[in-house]
Amino acid sequence: MGSRAVVCAAGALLLPLAACAAVSEDSAGGKVLTVFAAASLTEPFQTLGARFEGDRPGTRVEFNFAGSSALAHQINEGAPADVFASADRRTMDAVADEGHLADEPSVFARNRLEIAVPPGNPADVTGLADLADADTAVALCAREVPCGAAAEAVMAAADVAVTPVTEEEDVRAALTKVRLNEVDAALVYRTDVRSAGEDVEGIAFDEAAAAPNDYPIAVVAGASEPGLAAEWVELLVSQEGAEVLGDAGFTEV
Amino acid sequence: MTTAPALDAHLVVERPGFRLDLRLTAAPGEIVALLGPNGAGKSTALRALAGLEPMSKGHILLDGRDVTATPTELRPIGMVFQDYLLFAHLNALDNVAFGPRCRGASAAEARARAAELLARVGLADRAQAKPRTLSGGQAQRVALARALAVRPRLLLLDEPLAALDAHTRAAVRSRLRRHLAEVDAATVLVTHDPLDAMVLADRVTVIEQGRVVQDGSPAEVAQHPRTEYVARLVGLNLYRGRAHGTEVAIGEGTAARNMSVAGRHEGEVFVVFPPRAVALYRERPDGTPRNVWRATIDGIERFGDQVRVHLDGEIPVSADITPAALADLRLTVGSPAWAGVKATEVECYPA
Amino acid sequence: MRVKSGRFPWLLAVPALVGLLFLVLPFAGLLIRTPWSTIGTRLLLPEVRDALLLSLATATAATALALCFGVPLAWLLARTDIPGRRLVRALVTVPLVIPPVVGGVALLLVLGRGGVVGRYLYDWFGFSLPFTPAAVVVAQVFVAMPFLVISVEGALRGADRRYEEAAATLGATRAVIFLRVTMPMVAPGVVAGAVLAWARALGEFGATITFAGNFPGRTQTMPLAVYLAMQESPESAVVLSLVLLLVSLAVLVGLRDRWVGAL
Repeated sequence: MGSRAVVCAAGALLLPLAACAAVSEDSAGGKVLTVFAAASLTEPFQTLGARFEGDRPGTRVEFNFAGSSALAHQINEGAPADVFASADRRTMDAVADEGHLADEPSVFARNRLEIAVPPGNPADVTGLADLADADTAVALCAREVPCGAAAEAVMAAADVAVTPVTEEEDVRAALTKVRLNEVDAALVYRTDVRSAGEDVEGIAFDEAAAAPNDYPIAVVAGASEPGLAAEWVELLVSQEGAEVLGDAGFTEV
Repeated sequence: MTTAPALDAHLVVERPGFRLDLRLTAAPGEIVALLGPNGAGKSTALRALAGLEPMSKGHILLDGRDVTATPTELRPIGMVFQDYLLFAHLNALDNVAFGPRCRGASAAEARARAAELLARVGLADRAQAKPRTLSGGQAQRVALARALAVRPRLLLLDEPLAALDAHTRAAVRSRLRRHLAEVDAATVLVTHDPLDAMVLADRVTVIEQGRVVQDGSPAEVAQHPRTEYVARLVGLNLYRGRAHGTEVAIGEGTAARNMSVAGRHEGEVFVVFPPRAVALYRERPDGTPRNVWRATIDGIERFGDQVRVHLDGEIPVSADITPAALADLRLTVGSPAWAGVKATEVECYPA
Repeated sequence: MRVKSGRFPWLLAVPALVGLLFLVLPFAGLLIRTPWSTIGTRLLLPEVRDALLLSLATATAATALALCFGVPLAWLLARTDIPGRRLVRALVTVPLVIPPVVGGVALLLVLGRGGVVGRYLYDWFGFSLPFTPAAVVVAQVFVAMPFLVISVEGALRGADRRYEEAAATLGATRAVIFLRVTMPMVAPGVVAGAVLAWARALGEFGATITFAGNFPGRTQTMPLAVYLAMQESPESAVVLSLVLLLVSLAVLVGLRDRWVGAL
C-alpha cells in the first residue's frame, strides 16, 4: 500500500494539469463558464461576473487569473477554458497560431501607461522627460514583459532615454517599489495606479498614446459553453461593460 | 624533614544525588593512584583538578600557588585522557607541539620540543603519522608526550590503559611505568584496575561514593584492605569483627562466630586471609587446629590453574583448590561442605 | 564463498527509484527541449555572460558572508544556554519557510531607503542598498544562511566536546580552541553547509528580484535572466537554465573532489 501511495503522489506531482481539469457542470446541474483572464482584469471581471451570474440564475462564472503568457501556455496545453482575455495581442496571437481560438479576437479595453510616484511626489516628477534625470530613481518593467515593451515604445517615440535602477519582472513588482518608496517613479499602467489607491499618485502624460495596450478577448476552440462565452464577450463590449472597465482605469477602444 | 607537597587539594563537588569530598596531596615526582569502582567520583576528582568540573568548595594548591579559580588553560597541568583524544587533523608531531604553541612558543621551538618528547617515548619515527594510523599503545604515548610537552607541575592520567586490549596492556603498562618514573611533576592517575594502581603508583587512594576509604602504599592496600571492594579487587577474604585475645567474633549477635587468629588483639578489627589458605572437606574434619565451619557451595569458577569455590554459610568465603581436589571431593553447586582455615594464616589488624 | 545476504530490498528500492525519477525527469525534460544547434551562439551573448559571472560572484560572496556570521551563530545555538534558544533556532529557520518574495519585501522594509534601518543610511550617507549588487548578496545571504547554520549546528552537536577540553588542558584559549580544534572537527559539516548555501544562493530568485531588482550587468543574476527569457522564448530560458545547471554541477563536483574527498 505504501509504495502505491508514493506512486500516486508522484503522479499527482508530475501531472499538475490533470488536477486542473475542471468539470464544466456543477453539482446543481447549472452551467459553468470558465474564463481565463490576465491578472490586471481581476477587479472589473469579478464585478461583471457577479452581474452575469445574477442575470442568469443557475449559471456560475469561474475565473483563472494569471499572467497572460502563462494562461496562453495553459490553453495551448489543453486547459479547459471557454474564454480567454489577454493583456496584449502577442499572447493572444500565440494561442491563435496554435489553432485554439474559435473566432477572431476582438479588442474590448485599452490601457495606457502612467507615471506612478510615491504620495507627495518627492522627486517632483511632472512628465516623462523628468525620468531621464540621473538623480531620479526609476523602475521600469523588463523589455521582455508587456509593460516594459510599452515603456520602451513610449520612450522611443518621445525620444527620452531613461536609465532605470531596475527592470522589474512585472508591473506589480514595479508598483511595489513605488509603494515602498524605494524608487521615485515607475512607468506602469493606469489601471495599476488605480488599484493602488492612496499608496501612489498617477501622472498621465501625452506620449503614452504612442503605445496603447489593447486587451483582446476570444472564445476558445472546443469551449464547453460556447453560447455563454459569446454572451460574456457581448457583455464586455456593451455600455455596462465599458463603465465597469472605465472605473478600473481602462479606456474605451 | 618533609618538602612542601607539589599538590595539596581539597576537592568538593556537589551534584544532585552525588557528593565528592576528597583531600589529596602529592609530593613532587610522586604518583598517586585514585582507585575506585565506577561512579565513585575518581574522574570527577581529576576533572576538578584540571578545572573542567566546577567545584562547590575547597581549594587546589600547586607548588603552594592557589589555582582554585584559575581557568583550565592557565593551570600548569598536563592531562592524558581515557581515549587519548589526539586531534585527528594533526599528525603526531603537531599534536605534541600544540601545547607549547598555545603557551607562547614559536613554531620552531614547539616542534623541536615535540620531536624531543616523541623521541623520549620512542616514537621519533612516527612523528608524521596521523592519529588514526597509530596503534593504541602508540596513541597513548603520543598523548603522554603531548601532556608532558607543556612541562606540567601536575600530570593527570584518566584510565590511561582502559582503551587498550588485554594482550597489549601489560607491555604498555610497564613502558608507562618507566616514562612516569622520569616525570618530576606530581602525578594523579585514575583507574578502576588494581593492577594498574599497584604497578604504576607510589601511593594508592581508594575512593568509594565520593569519599576516601583507604590511603597507603600499594603493598599496604593490597595486604590490608579495609573495604569489601578493595578486598575483592586484591582477592582476599575480608571480615570485620571484635577481637578478644586470639579470638575474633565475626557477625552480629547470636549469629556471631568466633575465629582464632595469630596474635592477640582487642576491639574492632579486620580479619583477612587469602582464598588459597582455605581448605574444603565433605565431612567435618576431626582433630585439626583449623577454624572450621559449615557452608554451602554457591559457585565454582576457573581461576588460573586453580578452581575458585564460592561458599555461602555462617561465614561466606572464597576458596582456591586444585581441580583434582575438586574432583576428589565431588563438590557441585548446592552441595554442603566444611571450610577450614589455620589460625596462622589469618591476619588481623585494627579497624 | 559468498553468503547471500537475503532478498533484494524492494521495499526501499522502489520508492527510492520513484524519488530519483521524480528528481531527474524534469532535468531530462530540459535536455530534450534544448535547441542544441543555437546553444553556442546563445552562450556567447554578453548578457548571458554577465548574468552568469554576477551569479557566481554574488553566490560566492553570499556564502562567505554566511560563513562569517552563520558559523558563530551555529556555535551559539549549539553550545550556549542563551535564554530563548529554542525561539532563536525557530527564527533562524524563518527564511526557509516564508516565500522568498516576502523575504525580499521584508528586506526592503528594513534596508530599503525608506526602511527602518535603511532610512538612516540614506539620510546620513546618501547610500541606498536596493538595486545594487550588494543587495543581491544580502538577499542571497538571507535565504541561504539558514542552511549553513542548521548544518553547522548539527555538526557541532555531534562533535566530541572532550577534544576541546583536551585543548584547554594544553593551554588553548577559547578562540584557539574554536579555530584549531572545533573548526577542523566540524569541517565536513561546514563544507556541506557552505555547499548547500552556495547552491541555494545561486538559484535564488524571489528575494533577489524583489530586494535588488533586475538590471542587466548589475543585479540580473541567472535565475532572473531565465525568468525574463521565459516571457519571450522558452528556448532561451531552457538554454540559460542548462548553463546554470552545468556550471553549478561542475563547481560542486570539483569541490567534492577537492574537499569532501580529502576529509
